[in-house]
Amino acid sequence: MVVLPVLITLLAAILCIFMFRSRSWQQKITLASSGGHFAISLTLLWVVQRKGIQVLQVGNWPAPFGITLAVDLMSALMLVITGFIGFWIAVYSIGGIDEQRASYGFYPLFNLLLTGVSGAFSTGDLFNLYVWFEVMLTASFVLIALGGERAQLEGATKYVILNLIASILFLTATGLLYALTGTLNMADLAIRLAGISPKELVTTLAILYLVAFGIKSAIFPFFFWLPASYHTPPVVVTALFSGLLTKVGVYALIRVFTLIFVADIPFTHTLLLALGGFTMVTGVLGAAAQWEIRRLLSFHIISQIGYLLMGLGLFTQNAIAGSIYFMVHVILAKTILFLVAGAAERISGSYDLKQMGGLYRQEPALALLFALPALSLAGLPPLSGFFAKLILVKAGLESGSYPIVITALAVSFLTLFSMSKIWGEAFWKPAPAQLKKRPKNPYIWIPILVLTLTVVVIGLWSEPLYRFSYQAAGQLLDSSIYIQAVMGKIP
Amino acid sequence: MIALLFSGILLSILFPLLNRHRARLSYLLLLVYPLLVSLYLIRRVNMDNPIAASLPWVPSLEISLSFRLDGLSLIFSLLISAIGFLILVYAGEYLRGYPLTGRFFSFLTLFMTSMLGLVWADNLITLFVFWELTSITSYLLIGYDHEDQQARKAALQALLITAGGGLALLAGLVLMGQAAGTFEISQINQKGQLIRESNLYPLILLAIFAGAFTKSAQFPFHFWLPGAMAAPTPVSAYLHSATMVKAGIYLLARLYPALAGTEAWQYTLLGVGLITFLAGSLLALPQTDLKKILAYSTVAALGLLVMLLGIGSGLAVKTAVVYLFAHSLYKGGLFLVAGGVDHAVHTRQVDQLGGLGKAMPLTAFGAALCGLSAIGFIPTLGFVAKELVYELILAFPQGALLTALAVLAFTALTAVSGWVFALPFWQKNRQKPLQAHENSSPLWGPPALLGMAGILLAVFIPQTGSSLIGPAVESILSSPQPVTLKLWHGLTPMFVLSLFTILAGALVYTVRIPFQRAIGGLHARLSAIGPQRLFDLGLEGLKKFAVLQTRILQNGYLRIYLITIILTTVALTGINILKSPGGLDLPAWQPPRFYDVVLAGVVLAAVLAVVSASSRLATVAILGLIGFTIALIYLLFGAPDLAMVQFAIETLAVILFILVIYRLPKFARITSRPARMLDILVALSGGALVTLLVLWITSRPFTSHLTPYFVENSLPLAKGRNVVNVILVDFRALDTLGEISVLAIAAIGVFALVELNLDKSLFPSQRALINKVRSMILPTAVRYLMPLLLIFSVFLLLRGHNEVGGGFVGGLVAASALMLYAIAVSPQALLRLLPASPRHLIGLGLLVALASGALGIFQGLPYMTGLWLSDPLPVFGKIGSPVLFDVGVFIAVIGVSLHILIALAEDGES
Repeated sequence: MVVLPVLITLLAAILCIFMFRSRSWQQKITLASSGGHFAISLTLLWVVQRKGIQVLQVGNWPAPFGITLAVDLMSALMLVITGFIGFWIAVYSIGGIDEQRASYGFYPLFNLLLTGVSGAFSTGDLFNLYVWFEVMLTASFVLIALGGERAQLEGATKYVILNLIASILFLTATGLLYALTGTLNMADLAIRLAGISPKELVTTLAILYLVAFGIKSAIFPFFFWLPASYHTPPVVVTALFSGLLTKVGVYALIRVFTLIFVADIPFTHTLLLALGGFTMVTGVLGAAAQWEIRRLLSFHIISQIGYLLMGLGLFTQNAIAGSIYFMVHVILAKTILFLVAGAAERISGSYDLKQMGGLYRQEPALALLFALPALSLAGLPPLSGFFAKLILVKAGLESGSYPIVITALAVSFLTLFSMSKIWGEAFWKPAPAQLKKRPKNPYIWIPILVLTLTVVVIGLWSEPLYRFSYQAAGQLLDSSIYIQAVMGKIP
Repeated sequence: MIALLFSGILLSILFPLLNRHRARLSYLLLLVYPLLVSLYLIRRVNMDNPIAASLPWVPSLEISLSFRLDGLSLIFSLLISAIGFLILVYAGEYLRGYPLTGRFFSFLTLFMTSMLGLVWADNLITLFVFWELTSITSYLLIGYDHEDQQARKAALQALLITAGGGLALLAGLVLMGQAAGTFEISQINQKGQLIRESNLYPLILLAIFAGAFTKSAQFPFHFWLPGAMAAPTPVSAYLHSATMVKAGIYLLARLYPALAGTEAWQYTLLGVGLITFLAGSLLALPQTDLKKILAYSTVAALGLLVMLLGIGSGLAVKTAVVYLFAHSLYKGGLFLVAGGVDHAVHTRQVDQLGGLGKAMPLTAFGAALCGLSAIGFIPTLGFVAKELVYELILAFPQGALLTALAVLAFTALTAVSGWVFALPFWQKNRQKPLQAHENSSPLWGPPALLGMAGILLAVFIPQTGSSLIGPAVESILSSPQPVTLKLWHGLTPMFVLSLFTILAGALVYTVRIPFQRAIGGLHARLSAIGPQRLFDLGLEGLKKFAVLQTRILQNGYLRIYLITIILTTVALTGINILKSPGGLDLPAWQPPRFYDVVLAGVVLAAVLAVVSASSRLATVAILGLIGFTIALIYLLFGAPDLAMVQFAIETLAVILFILVIYRLPKFARITSRPARMLDILVALSGGALVTLLVLWITSRPFTSHLTPYFVENSLPLAKGRNVVNVILVDFRALDTLGEISVLAIAAIGVFALVELNLDKSLFPSQRALINKVRSMILPTAVRYLMPLLLIFSVFLLLRGHNEVGGGFVGGLVAASALMLYAIAVSPQALLRLLPASPRHLIGLGLLVALASGALGIFQGLPYMTGLWLSDPLPVFGKIGSPVLFDVGVFIAVIGVSLHILIALAEDGES
């Protein structure tokens, strides 16, 4: 059960390799695998909620000797959203990816990317996490470069080099951690690190992980690879990345900074909080400087990551619940915005805001489908982003962390400013050139519609998701639950 | 109540769809809604107790859809629904023939509903939700004429200021809820003491004021309101004079029991309100656009209301409620009049207006009714309100100055009101006469009705006082407050002052042109430093700063990105290491062994050579040297498996490098010498960090918990003597599965990158290097060598579980052999020789590896549990699923290597 999300997408990738010549078969396989992934993850979530953390000792080797997969509430939630986003992007890809790219490995890579992401969300082993990160990194690198346009290659080069730095740091830190503790199992690490002094030694390693995962999550001051590359591939790829890739980094940060590195919380988590604040601000200012809609949205990805760090940095149950809720919200909202940008480009023929316009009059449905996630991203009620920010603001005020709350609110304001820029330029402004009249392609519209409805629903009816996030945060903060599930004993 | 709100929201969502097919019907439906609400509200006048209704929303966050209708919300919601109805009637005619009216009415209805929700809400967060909804709908309505840049700019400005204040408000509300322990307003209002004594109080007050002042256009945030006049006139009348801008006032009144009564409250509101009152009335004077005049006078009225709430006595609150009521009626009406004039003669400039009274008598009539109330002429509600203001101020200690200022402001307001309600109709037109005709009834009716309401309510002022004003005052002060109002008090000082302002106003009215000219210049000079200008400058500055910081951070230089990342890492860890009480605990120096020195020396020298090499070929060669040295290190430290893989990989890598090297651009050094020096320092700092950490950690005793277990259990449980291989295919086979997936991706990637170049210009067709290698001896030799190598590779695969070897290294050997064949003979010949294409080999390898792990599942065991045949086979030895897994690795490695090779070799030939 626990390993199925990984296996189904890997199997699909293999089948796609066998069916390399047939685009339509690859599409069918991918729809089936991502849909199946979603169904399995949903079931898994249900099981985890009913029976507690689900653990698989791969190869039947007892922890910490083999590799342990462990899915707690947070992992299960991330898997569900991976399947959900994956499926709808797979649908969108049928209308949104060009034939050439589809014939040169888009679908196997897509499936392998989901494999890597799912593996990262399910593993309970630090080195195994590294392996999944590598799967993700190579798959995403090729997806960025796939097509071989000049901008793509330039972006992909920066992407892969900077991310390899993260991999090197990750690997170095894992080697050192193994030398220090003699184990790679996260639960086991949590037990063994507790007894190590000086704690500065542990914290130094924690910082290496902070940087490694920080690069992956595109936080300040490590985010350079993201704006350098995200606007270059087709928008389907960017949408998928914006939904999932950086979030795996954040997930890893949340995992290790709740389970493993809790020796010096005043230092590490204050650092996280500060980096979160800077990430929000620099990201949103970066967005304010852009006129290319995909670049603009890319900087917003960064800015929103700051909020995810905010919850982790505050380190209370409410705050981490806020991060989890925020994660779901932002994955949906950002993905839709990129998909909408793609749909807008099909009509206006450009991603450049200066060349765009007139969509409000000609495409009212698209305007609505942009406005809802955009307002949600800016945190306006009663959409999901509002509740996400409300939870974090509440948690911040409860902890008396006024600077980060003020930052969060100010950045919210700037996000609104930035969204209204897209609105003003692409939608309200008269079209500088004749807009194309295109029949509505259902493969493009239905995913946008469904995802937008989801954003609206989790906003208007936020109680279940919030309750769930709160529960998941409780599980994260009480690491003995996780340790017991993996190791079978109480430390 | 809740049903009414929901149906309003539903109506606004469905309206655009309905409007497309059944325009008339949907419009009628739209009109019914505010009527229903008004009816509902009118039946609640003189109710004994507030009505409450509640639905849970997000209980965990203490958010409930709880609503409460008391005197204060009643008077507000009556204004909202009744004026809303008139506005809808008016706008239906006003916007006839305009595009996108479906959306317009949808937004207007959504606004109305939000406004009702705002004044009914009894939960802080619910109130905030509706508060923000009014900001958004206001944005969409101001930008109705969205192709006009001015309209877009005004909409954005209004949004930024109100939503910005809204964010502060949110923080304030949350803090307030935390201080009070509840988010229900009616409960919070009973805990005023608790909140005012909380040390959060100043912060709460500040944040809530920020929200209220921005929404209600208080100085220095007032300027968005005149800007918002870009909206169609019905919107200005409704949102920007009668209802939305009063939301800030409502909020202050609503939270009065919780927050008021402190000096901070009093002085802030008094000060800000007074400045706004004066600024608004004086700034109205130089305006020549009817709507701008009205906008500034609205600002003044809002200032006065804030001021009154700041004073906060029973009389002040009563005055505020009366004034608010009166103002909403007459100002809304005057806006509609201005719109009517605009509609008829297509100008709103006072300079061009005049003499319309004959052509437009009905509009003029409505204008007169509203205007009388605006200047406070008896018998109107405006008169009552103004008398109350004077009564209050005269009773004030040190009231002389305040009275003088009030007289000044009221004089200005009187004059400018005259310019709106009288001038266009009764003044002789100095310009060319205007072609005008009376508007249809939906345009002149609503202002006339609003004007009449102002008079009727004044005539029946005792009833108005007891049923509307009284309950509202009571709910603000949250104490019983008998309110008696009279129209005529006799010849009091208040009446004298009131009369005086009208006369003085009339004087200014008549000397408009010289007067406006005189202060116009002053106004222009002042606006150079006014808040509008500061806002524009601020916004520009923000944009410039954004560009600047982005240019610095996201500068495009990979080198600088790397430096930033490395230095940050070094700095952060450095700080932490310095914090350590014991400092670094490094091992004592031990004399190195001879071969350590040799190997380290070789690697170091090679690294230095690589970074200073100026040809790619040399670089590749030296990198190969480093790789082989590292393999030696593995060998010396007792890891023959690793060494073997490393050797094979290095060999393969060199072959691949050679294949691509001619495709690469010419080698060039781009960085300057100082830049390279910096790079060296950065690299050294990173190296130093890692070295220190390694030393620090290895100085501690190391006990692996894993190694003993692996050594102990490898043979009995995993049936293999070669622990390294058992780790790869059994203990940690999942890692290996991931790694061969990485290889597969790389192969797909190389293939796609070589074959698919959508920018055709980038890669002109290249000669494949492989065609150049042609000799007679090599093919013959390879023909004999290859089978041997292949057999050797299978041998390596099979013995791997017990001796040095394994699927990975076996696959590499096989791949090298096949590559050799491809190079020596031809890639095509190799493809003919293979049983399946390299791509299929990749798929097959992955599939075998994946499936071998699944075998256990059928026996109810975890994924990748090893299953073994009980008896060893001849030649193969013990067979089990991990061996099968290794076979998968073997096939996949071959497939990957060949796929890459073929991609690189074939390109250019096709």
